[in-house]
Amino acid sequence: MDLTLKVWRQKNREEKGGLETYKVTGISEHASFLEMLDIMNEQLIKEGTEPVAFDYDCREGICGTCSLYINGEAHGPDRKVTTCQLHMRMFKDGETIYIEPWRSAAMPVIKDLIVDRSSFDRIQQSGGFVSVNTSGNTQDANALPIPKMNADLAFDAAACIGCGACVATCKNSSAMLFVAAKVSQFAYLPQGQVEAKQRVLNMVEQMDKEGFGNCTNTGACEVECPKSISIKYIAKMNREFLSASCSSES
Amino acid sequence: MSVLDSKIPDGPLKDKWTNHKNKIDLVNPANKRNIDIIVVGTGLAGGSAAASLAEMGYNVKSFCYQDSPRRAHSIAAQGGINAAKNYQNDGDSVYRLFYDTVKGGDYRSREANVHRLAEVSGNIIDQCVAQGVPFGRDYGGLLDNRSFGGVLVSRTFYAKGQTGQQLLLGAYSALNRQIAKGKVTMYNRHEMVELVKVNGKARGIIARNLETGELERHSAHAVVIASGGYGNVFFLSTNAMGSNATAAWKIHKKGAHFANPCYTQIHPTCIPRSGEHQSKLTLMSESLRNDGRIWVPKNIDDVLAIREGTLSPTDLSEDQRDYYLERRYPAFGNLVPRDIASRAAKEICDAGYGVNSTGEAVYLDFSSAIQRYGKQEAAIARLQNPSESDILKLGEGVIESKYGNLFQMYEKIVAEDPYKKPMMIYPAVHYTMGGVWVDYNLMTSVEGCYCIGEANFSDHGANRLGASALMQGLADGYFVLPYTIGNYLSNEIRTGKISTEAAEFVAAEKEVSDRIEKLMNIKGTKSVDHFHKLLGKAMWEYVGMTRNEKGLKKAMAEIKKIRTDFWSDVKIPGDRNSLNRELEKAGRVADFLELGELFAKDALHRNESCGGHFREESVELDGLQKGEAKRNDTDYAYVAAWEYKGEPADAVMHKEELEFNDIELKQRSYK
Repeated sequence: MDLTLKVWRQKNREEKGGLETYKVTGISEHASFLEMLDIMNEQLIKEGTEPVAFDYDCREGICGTCSLYINGEAHGPDRKVTTCQLHMRMFKDGETIYIEPWRSAAMPVIKDLIVDRSSFDRIQQSGGFVSVNTSGNTQDANALPIPKMNADLAFDAAACIGCGACVATCKNSSAMLFVAAKVSQFAYLPQGQVEAKQRVLNMVEQMDKEGFGNCTNTGACEVECPKSISIKYIAKMNREFLSASCSSES
Repeated sequence: MSVLDSKIPDGPLKDKWTNHKNKIDLVNPANKRNIDIIVVGTGLAGGSAAASLAEMGYNVKSFCYQDSPRRAHSIAAQGGINAAKNYQNDGDSVYRLFYDTVKGGDYRSREANVHRLAEVSGNIIDQCVAQGVPFGRDYGGLLDNRSFGGVLVSRTFYAKGQTGQQLLLGAYSALNRQIAKGKVTMYNRHEMVELVKVNGKARGIIARNLETGELERHSAHAVVIASGGYGNVFFLSTNAMGSNATAAWKIHKKGAHFANPCYTQIHPTCIPRSGEHQSKLTLMSESLRNDGRIWVPKNIDDVLAIREGTLSPTDLSEDQRDYYLERRYPAFGNLVPRDIASRAAKEICDAGYGVNSTGEAVYLDFSSAIQRYGKQEAAIARLQNPSESDILKLGEGVIESKYGNLFQMYEKIVAEDPYKKPMMIYPAVHYTMGGVWVDYNLMTSVEGCYCIGEANFSDHGANRLGASALMQGLADGYFVLPYTIGNYLSNEIRTGKISTEAAEFVAAEKEVSDRIEKLMNIKGTKSVDHFHKLLGKAMWEYVGMTRNEKGLKKAMAEIKKIRTDFWSDVKIPGDRNSLNRELEKAGRVADFLELGELFAKDALHRNESCGGHFREESVELDGLQKGEAKRNDTDYAYVAAWEYKGEPADAVMHKEELEFNDIELKQRSYK
């Protein structure tokens, strides 16, 4: 396959970026999208140009590091995959492909296609945990049976890999799906009940502070989420938030 | 050669850990506030250690090269985590888990460490459930278990195919709680590039801020390395692209012995390479072998026709297929341990029977299982004379419920439907059992420098059992290191703050800076990946699944040559004072180029076959076991810990003799 690539290049946080055009030839349709970019970079290094910086790590769709906006879609045209799982067979020979970083004020570009997602970490730090010390002296694991339905609902929420595709794809740059996934995981489990109210209030507050937009129920996040996390969890979070707001003593 | 002191406590095996814990010096809470600890790496071991140490009251600085601690490669573990809970009432116990782990490690691990691991395994599950880790449950709401890796009990806890992710997010949440409290300072996108020693003790690190390129000095009373394994020395592995041995190798060069580097696990069920562009390999859980049958065509003509695309594997009848594992190992069949399954696949492909275009793939076929489950389901549903399509549909449903996510993953990568056409698999480097030598307290041979998780060597011997890597990482981080480190730190309460202005810090920073300058100034003609791929090829060819003296000597010479070429011809574009991926990679590959040579040297000296290390010179010569691995307990029942002496070829070996008082040593047999 021969392709024309329009790639976002930006030197650092401060300087303005823009699209550059590169050509790659002879790409196998079995190559992954990131392997195609490896080949492009190898070519740039040979030519003495600085290679394009992009984020990746596990390359098997679980670490959540890779984050490319391809032809106007988070993680590209395939569904239920991360960028690293996207393969070139999804594209046509001779195609022009636009490659951009996640776009959100709360996730600023660091360089080229790499963005700063530390806002996600700060949201988790504001309440995404159960306050239990790691003493090993907790009760026996089976002393707390959990109905399978709740366990499954919690699990499906916990499948979030924190990639940020939901934010990138949302016209409001909302992080509701991400925050809802964590809030819901604990809301469905008995271990999460003790701190449930404060958790949802804190996490939502931090989310707003980071500059993420609100949710207008377009459902775009659910479509692009590589782990198919449902927007029903946003409803769950809203319910948790409302009930916490009404009954909170603070 | 000296003898290493592993500091194993006295007394009966089952009481060692309890007695030792009771005697460990404690640090008073007021003093803990004045003690700093650096933890490098945020996987299961590093993340859990940082969180636990901070909870205890120490000041922790935690470092990871990723953009968030949640992304460490522990996250990719699929299968599960072992624990001797005996919830299934199938006779499991701490002793059995201990025994299976030592036996699975082919009697090359340290008995006392493994027993401790088995002892704390149950606590891990309790702890994780308390944190809200969503393990798989049954309809009664209790935890479910699966059997794993050829053991006779069901002791593996799991969270679908994402056990590693859920456990890591548990550790990450514990870490977040401490970050929020200000007890842990988190340094994302930072890489440790040097260990700083003052008066022989580990006192800090030099870290490079990967976004700005700035070198930073960080001091502490103890340094904990939890940087994972070194599988990427092979270039292609199931590790993350960024997984590296730099932190472990830097402490090795500062005096920490490196133990058993040749023990590597090659996992049999990975998705084969599709061509030269391949950047990494993807593993699929070995639970697939519970229902899949492995085969290649009997006739070489059929192999060639399949490669050309003129024949489909489904066209071949049963008698035209060679189910080579079932043929060679009738007792265990497709469920032989990982090392044996991997070697058998390589042998059959080397003989020309590989079924894809690269000649490196065998079939893993689910059609028998689909039939079997389909008929079973039809009977349960009381269907009279079910049609073939009914059976297929029902059978595929069962397979989907068991392995759905793996089948989907395979289909996305290979673009073939594994329900209809057999999967193709090939072995890939997966886990490294060797690593930094540590004593019973997990301290390396550098005072005050600890090493935990996959980065150390102690628990898995020559081969690791399935679902025990997660167990070891969390055991070290949650329940072992936080206690054992007290012995050392109780003597540090009078030390006071350690200044980063000390001459040793200045010198270490200059050393790093000069090294970076040297790399940038080579201005050669080849990319970093070029050299990494050459290294990987040499490793796979001569230090891969089977090894012999001639090949290993050749590997040592070749790796040395690649290293020399690297230092004269590597090309690193960009500058050092900004985010520069090529520079990051160059530093890591420079270390792999040294580690690889030591790896081959270790494999060369160990003239026996044990676990993941197979020497062609050491095989059974006759009888039922003819051609199978032959361990040599008389001459090699020891840990080889290598001391750095400049060139990797000059490393000096120190032995730790392994004593087995509670277990009888046996040769493995799967025939």
